[in-house]
Amino acid sequence: MSCQADDERQICHSFLRGNLVGMMTTTATGVPGSGIDPQGAPAIALAGLRKSFGQVDAVKGLDLTVQPGEVVAFLGPNGAGKTTTIDMMLGLSKPDAGTARVFGMQPRDAVARGLVAAVMQTGGLLRDLTVRETVDLTASLFVQTRSVQECLQRAGIDDIADRKVHKCSGGQQQRLRFAMALVSDPALIVLDEPTTGMDVTGRRDFWSAIRQDAERGRTVLFATHYLEEADLYADRIVLMRHGQIVADGTGSQIKAMASGRTVRATLSGLSDRELAAIPGVESVEVRGESVLLHAKDSDSVARHLLTQTNARDIEITARGLEDAFVALTSDEH
Amino acid sequence: MTNLSAVQPIPADEPINLDRRVPARGGFSGRLLRIELARVLRNKRTMIFTVVLPVIFYAAFGATQSGTFPDSSIDVKGYEMITFAVYGAVAAAAAIGASVSVERAQGWSRQLRLTPLTGSAYIAVKVVCAMVAAALPVLIVFAIGAATGAKLSAVEWPVAMLLAWVCGSSLASLGLFIGYLVPSENAMQILGPGISLLAFAGGLFLPLQVMNSTMQTLASFTPLWGLSQIARYPVLGGSFDGMWLVSALAWVGFFFAGAVWCFRRDTKRV
Repeated sequence: MSCQADDERQICHSFLRGNLVGMMTTTATGVPGSGIDPQGAPAIALAGLRKSFGQVDAVKGLDLTVQPGEVVAFLGPNGAGKTTTIDMMLGLSKPDAGTARVFGMQPRDAVARGLVAAVMQTGGLLRDLTVRETVDLTASLFVQTRSVQECLQRAGIDDIADRKVHKCSGGQQQRLRFAMALVSDPALIVLDEPTTGMDVTGRRDFWSAIRQDAERGRTVLFATHYLEEADLYADRIVLMRHGQIVADGTGSQIKAMASGRTVRATLSGLSDRELAAIPGVESVEVRGESVLLHAKDSDSVARHLLTQTNARDIEITARGLEDAFVALTSDEH
Repeated sequence: MTNLSAVQPIPADEPINLDRRVPARGGFSGRLLRIELARVLRNKRTMIFTVVLPVIFYAAFGATQSGTFPDSSIDVKGYEMITFAVYGAVAAAAAIGASVSVERAQGWSRQLRLTPLTGSAYIAVKVVCAMVAAALPVLIVFAIGAATGAKLSAVEWPVAMLLAWVCGSSLASLGLFIGYLVPSENAMQILGPGISLLAFAGGLFLPLQVMNSTMQTLASFTPLWGLSQIARYPVLGGSFDGMWLVSALAWVGFFFAGAVWCFRRDTKRV
């Protein structure tokens, strides 16, 4: 993996400059002057990442490198390990094995420098503060910040700045989390299901703000289980299933990978096993006399059916986007 | 609804800066402290339990009395004034400490881990807030005491105030311990009655002199025994018992160590 190579180069580089000790001190205490140069390092470099909770292996050996300026969707069904991976990326939890680096640093050091910010799904707000106070408090913790007013405006909540957090709707609280994430002007923003609770306008406004910042070179990684959201707003989609990356590419590449067709035919005399053995068939459904064969190369399946079996009434249909997603992330093959 | 599209974007020629610094003192700053103090002062519930209640107690049990305790030269008003000032300070410091449980329950502690603020800077902010909150009942109860004729000497006034404040503030450690130990927002509910109980058991509300010897021995092992004796030393006079200090330091040390242990467990798990 290239990220491992980058990682090693980073360490060697620091070592040659006699800064290894300095770097390790930084790891422990977060003091400046570590000698790590975030310039040129990948925004995210995950290598061999593993995490389990008891018997459950949430993340099983995950490698991922994201270059600065990329907008990446982290796509997968619930329980795929997206949030666990994000937690390790942000330094909120420790991997059982493997390494997570953000701009060449330990996540905690990148957080302490305001290089990374995150919008989490729930919680993380003090009920007794006002909207403005929450952003103001967050700003007070960083060295380099944008103005509080600007962040409130960009998140679309400057008109409710004096409202107490507990009086805000779910969508308004989500905008507030976004404003808090903007305040340090992070080089990487990580969003876990960011548009939960937002209405259609809210979603559109949110993504237009995200895209504007991406123009300035901000790296964006967002977790979602909406394929459409991933396809619309990301340059790159990383598909996760059962704690592993199962696909990584542009939206159209992902769709092409998953967008097989369904061949429907009426036939008799073949068992499920024999149907599944037809070259190119990925899965089989039998509905009485009819069979549904899912395949990427539907032509060769159809040819086989017409020439080698008694199949008739053949219909070939394309899968929708949602089917594609299900095909890539489901257990059935 | 608000409209984001009307907002001017930050110009694209202002690229994201990668050269950042870590804040000094782990993120502890005057601006942060100011916001945190404002939260404390406008919390009506805390203010009622830590300022209004001690004032009412003093008005009921101290201001209505006069003269000295039988067979002594101890001024009753002065004695009760210190008692309820210490009680208010303890309640305030412990309540502020325990507020970490509310912040944990609301996910704020986790949110703070996405900022440069270090765990020790966060606790330092809580301790400073607890000290400010503890100063309020001390100042107010002493002012009312002075106005209602409590008698202390010119030296005793400032010394008694300082001791009440320091002894009370030190129980921020108890609040932090409970705040990190108890999951969810129940810490406050445990702490309110708990402090009153400790005040009775340790001889703050109930003078040790009225207890039998077994009770007195038991009292000496409770957290408020040493602290309340030290706080009342200016008015009680006599010899200073070194065990007061041992008790105070041992308990505060225990609570603080417990808080640190729970805090570490907390940040590892989350």
